[in-house]
Amino acid sequence: MSDLADLTILDASAGLRARSFSAVELLEATLRRAAITESHLHAYLTIDRNGARAAAEAADAALTEHGSDDRPLLGIPVALKDNMVTRGVETTASSQILAGWKPPYDGTAAARLREGGAVIVGKTNLDEFAMGSSTENSAYGPTRNPWDPDTVPGGSSGGSAAAVAVGSAMGGYGSDTGGSIRQPASLTGTVGVKPTYGLVSRYGLIAFASSLDQIGPVARTVGDAATLLEVVAGWDRYDATSYRGDLPNMSGSLDAGVEGLRIGVVGELSGDGIDTEVIAATRATLDRLSDAGAVIVDVSLPSTEYALSAYYLIAPAECSANLARFDGVRFGLRVGGDTTAEMMAATRGAGFGPEVIRRVLLGTYALSAGYYDAFYGQAQRVRTLVRRDFATAYEDVDVLVSPTSPTTAFPIGARATDPIAMYYSDVCTIPSNLSGDPAMSIPVGLDAGGLPIGFQVMAPALGEELMFRVAAEVERAADFTARAPLATSEVVAP
Amino acid sequence: MAADFDIARIAELARIALSEEELAGYSEQLEVILEHAALVQALPTDGVEPTSHPLTMVNAFRPDEVIECLDRSEVLAAAPETEDGYFRVPRILDES
Repeated sequence: MSDLADLTILDASAGLRARSFSAVELLEATLRRAAITESHLHAYLTIDRNGARAAAEAADAALTEHGSDDRPLLGIPVALKDNMVTRGVETTASSQILAGWKPPYDGTAAARLREGGAVIVGKTNLDEFAMGSSTENSAYGPTRNPWDPDTVPGGSSGGSAAAVAVGSAMGGYGSDTGGSIRQPASLTGTVGVKPTYGLVSRYGLIAFASSLDQIGPVARTVGDAATLLEVVAGWDRYDATSYRGDLPNMSGSLDAGVEGLRIGVVGELSGDGIDTEVIAATRATLDRLSDAGAVIVDVSLPSTEYALSAYYLIAPAECSANLARFDGVRFGLRVGGDTTAEMMAATRGAGFGPEVIRRVLLGTYALSAGYYDAFYGQAQRVRTLVRRDFATAYEDVDVLVSPTSPTTAFPIGARATDPIAMYYSDVCTIPSNLSGDPAMSIPVGLDAGGLPIGFQVMAPALGEELMFRVAAEVERAADFTARAPLATSEVVAP
Repeated sequence: MAADFDIARIAELARIALSEEELAGYSEQLEVILEHAALVQALPTDGVEPTSHPLTMVNAFRPDEVIECLDRSEVLAAAPETEDGYFRVPRILDES
């Protein structure tokens, strides 16, 4: 690797400490990469050159003064999904209703990254308020998949995934409500992690569905993902749902292998409706895990068949309540009206895009008098059944696995007018959001069209150490070294 | 199940101003989505407790301490309209 932008975080961190290059040089390499790729990919909504430069200079100063500074992300260029608020840096969640909003505070993830000396390069594109699976629902235009710009990068954290895939960020952060980190990771050949619910504070994450939302990393390697997660994880006084106990040691067992571990293949997530090439790549990965000494077992989670339906009641119901705050009073867009009620309705009608309106209406209906128990209540009981299925499975196996996404990247526009087809993109990822357990995607190969295929590893709540251990073996076994093309003659400008 | 599905009333509850044409479009899409969502009703759940938080946390207490909060002028600077240190909104009560 001759270009600094292609280093892993762990290698870049070592290079910074060896003074082989400076944090400013690392940032410049990252910005040069963005200059090459942004015109056709549009991974970023905002690049904060001045803020990033200042952070990189501060990192260099810290390394000069205290060569022993061991903060793992010191001087590392990272990207944040634009639904994570950043003090003084425009934060829109890809919505017109927040156009131009500069938050007066940092969310906890951003604050911990700054304390950790990370260099926040900018804010990445997403489906508006994280509602979508393709990053096409952005009010500021779609992000394209670096492996084939005619296809989507997945979503909703498609911007962070695309940036990490091409090196315009060394690591990224997204949020995962129904698969919004793992599915774009799968479609862009990156590693994406949804931690245990509560492991990362949601303070300053613009809320979509609060009982499901979780912040997590996108990275090029499993080891980088573990490091990115370690820096932001942990209890926070500003999020009452954040986890107070001891944190899992994410990178503690990356080299431990899978000898003797029992790995359960979820039948309901690995058969009907999954592309044959995805199935084949999953099987090949299982064979390699078996060769490495794991015991492969077939597992059934019968209630996951209802997970998608339950999710499409729970998530819209919670979003309809959460998005009530966008009312034209305290921040963001205001459209005029004679009364406050008229102003609010006009503001929301003008400021929200179609998918957001669809979900707010659905959630409003599902929560309206007389329907609450039949819809939201029933969906929350189904959630209990999904959790019970997982708990039963984990009595017999250590981790569960499946494909991450039923297909590889699909063409831009292909599912844009069919909400149900789009929702099906998350069929393999949603069960872990309902159960609250951790899950991650690791790239394991390319399909015949040269598009990446992801493999999902799921673990019991707070079982991140075990999950990363298995993921590291998947990574070694798959030996996925392909890289997305940069802007060259092989990439046709849009 | 959607016999009394009144899209105009739902939009009013959600405080979203939409044209007749938009309402008709959303009504059609919501019917389709609700058909899928309603599949959950096929699952017997008698005696099953609902899950609202996936970890077994009950109460989350912390000391009640005075700490720094957001700066008032910075917060107001982001508001569409302010007056004398307050958020300003159009009239709330119908005076006609």
